[in-house]
Amino acid sequence: MTQKDNAPSPEGRLATKVEETLKTPVKRRTFLKVLAGSAGAAAAATTTGSCDLDAFLQDHYTELTADDKKKVFARLEKQAEKDYGRPVHISDPPPIDGVSFAFAISLSRCNGNRKCVEACVKENNQSRDPAIQYIKVAELDAGTFNLEKGDIYYDGEVPKKDKVYLPMQCNQCENPPCVKACPTKATWKEKDGIVVIDYDWCIGCRYCIAACPYEARRFNFTKPTIPAEDVNPHQGYLSNRIRPKGVVEKCHFCLHRTRKGLFPACHEACPTGARKFGDLNDPNSEVSAVLREKRVFVLKEELNTVPRLFYYFG
Amino acid sequence: MKTYLQYWIDMMRCAAKGSARYYGWLGFLGLLVAMGLATYLKQLEHGLVVTNLSDQVSWGVYIANFTFIVGIAAAAVLLVIPTYIYHRADIKKVVLIAELMAASAILMCMLFVTVDLGRPERFIHLLPFIGKLNLPTSMLAWDVVVLSGYLVLNLHVPGYLLFQGYRGKEPAKWLYLPFVYLSVFWAVSIHTVTAFLYGGFGGRPFWNTAIMAPRFLVSAFAAGPALLIIVFWAINRYTDVSIEGSIFKYLRRIVSIALPINYFLLACELFKEFYTDSTHAMSAKYLFFGIGGHGMLVPYIWTGLGLGCLAMVIFWTPRLYKNPIWMGIAAVFCIVGVWIEKGMGLIIPGQIPSPIGDLVEYRPSASEFLISLGIWALGALVFTVMAKVALAIQFGNLRAKES
Repeated sequence: MTQKDNAPSPEGRLATKVEETLKTPVKRRTFLKVLAGSAGAAAAATTTGSCDLDAFLQDHYTELTADDKKKVFARLEKQAEKDYGRPVHISDPPPIDGVSFAFAISLSRCNGNRKCVEACVKENNQSRDPAIQYIKVAELDAGTFNLEKGDIYYDGEVPKKDKVYLPMQCNQCENPPCVKACPTKATWKEKDGIVVIDYDWCIGCRYCIAACPYEARRFNFTKPTIPAEDVNPHQGYLSNRIRPKGVVEKCHFCLHRTRKGLFPACHEACPTGARKFGDLNDPNSEVSAVLREKRVFVLKEELNTVPRLFYYFG
Repeated sequence: MKTYLQYWIDMMRCAAKGSARYYGWLGFLGLLVAMGLATYLKQLEHGLVVTNLSDQVSWGVYIANFTFIVGIAAAAVLLVIPTYIYHRADIKKVVLIAELMAASAILMCMLFVTVDLGRPERFIHLLPFIGKLNLPTSMLAWDVVVLSGYLVLNLHVPGYLLFQGYRGKEPAKWLYLPFVYLSVFWAVSIHTVTAFLYGGFGGRPFWNTAIMAPRFLVSAFAAGPALLIIVFWAINRYTDVSIEGSIFKYLRRIVSIALPINYFLLACELFKEFYTDSTHAMSAKYLFFGIGGHGMLVPYIWTGLGLGCLAMVIFWTPRLYKNPIWMGIAAVFCIVGVWIEKGMGLIIPGQIPSPIGDLVEYRPSASEFLISLGIWALGALVFTVMAKVALAIQFGNLRAKES
């Protein structure tokens, strides 16, 4: 290569710019922006139809700066309004220091009315068609806890004689197999114990679904359908914002509510008072009281997942 | 550099030139690929809703095929070891074909995983530096690593040896032998990691077994050589190259040992399930006998076992296997039998009943069928073209012109 003149050609300028970019410590995003010029990336982004280049190149949640987040949330809000016909607000409440959330459910009180399921769907903007529900309630014969013999499709008036009702949702395990399985770190455990998913980083491989012993995870087989009037506009980035097609979601203990001091939607909706929620580190919380005073158990304890969803009678 | 460019040009020319039968075969495969691609575009648009997958059975025919084909890729090692370690001259002539088959198989594996993704464009999240590969804990992340590595190894070794053959030069040992030795271990690793993919979860008792990796390897060492028998038979029949009988004998012997060991291991597994008779045996019961009127896989798995057993009988009976037709039939039975047993026969019942006792059955949709067929056809197409060029360099007159 020979130097022809002092004024760099347009190609030369571009080359210098690329070189400069490469010399600065490579941030994933900047690196990708350089790459983005290539037709491949652009084509890949457009084939999905639903996302632009910014979405395609968006960083992992844990690497977003406050400024990045603002832009991402604005884009998602705009998209949600366009797709679902209702203005929404996306927030991102962080875990509160020293707080460790847990649920305790009284099986003596639960009568299988499934109000929790309904409230959860409404609160969390779950797809109505195909229907996605985080909570499943199993109807078991009294005297057995064999899930494989339970019925989650029961109907008719509840409670039925000689039946026990067992509501199940994400156990927010202390030792979560799903987090271990995820190939891209798109799901992780937060400081307050809640296992979250970055819906913009999940590749939709469903390996976490294979890993979960509690069948807590749901996949968006297609774009969620939610009537405009049913969209809950108060949304959390890691919780109830409307999910894109092709990603996994699950219960997140309503973190957009609970981190602000509210109870989860299922807790509020339960007419029997079967659900107790709160901070394990706070001795005055109702969940601490249950753990102190009742004999509790967890599902599939032998798997050593160490759930934060406790059950008790009484 | 110029020679290298010319090498590629000559290979392209060689690949593009062939008999009417060659064009017909490629055209047929191309048609299947086009059908698969068109269906895949539909899947991209609507999402995985075009499949029959559910939250309960979230992995289906794509992942089943992936699992089986990883085995086909790993089986190349059965020709690599006698060639490079025991220096068998007859096998050395065909080892490149096995390595190219492995490369095509890995390509198919990658495609099967890609079509299974809900967000395929986010594959960049798996790339080094750009993405966030969850190492060392995610077995799927490990699978990405070992499969990519195996693909590179199986493109480099034949690529280099063919280039030297094309130039009429002796290959430099240090440029390929270390990679060959590495690929022996690597072949074992790809199927082991794929077995760990399923075997590592306490929540899936049907998969949560220590002999998953040995079973995978042994079944691969049955189905892989069986597929090579068919490939070599086709090369004998449709090209000028003739494959020696000693190679068929070698492959047959391997299948006749590996296939019974595979069924022995399966029997061990079934003993554990049915004799213990804990609630964990539900998946096996569902697979082999059905539960409460649900038994979609029952005829399927028995067909697979039946075919495998017939293959075993033929591979053991000299009067039968000496007849190439019977040998071909046995090879096909062996492949289909293993494909059923370690493909959908393993992946689907592992998810039935679901972890909370839900019984949702699964059979592939038309879209899944066409997309899978398209990937198989693409693998066959890529392999045909690569094998044709490799044979032309090794046995024919595809050589660099004297400069």
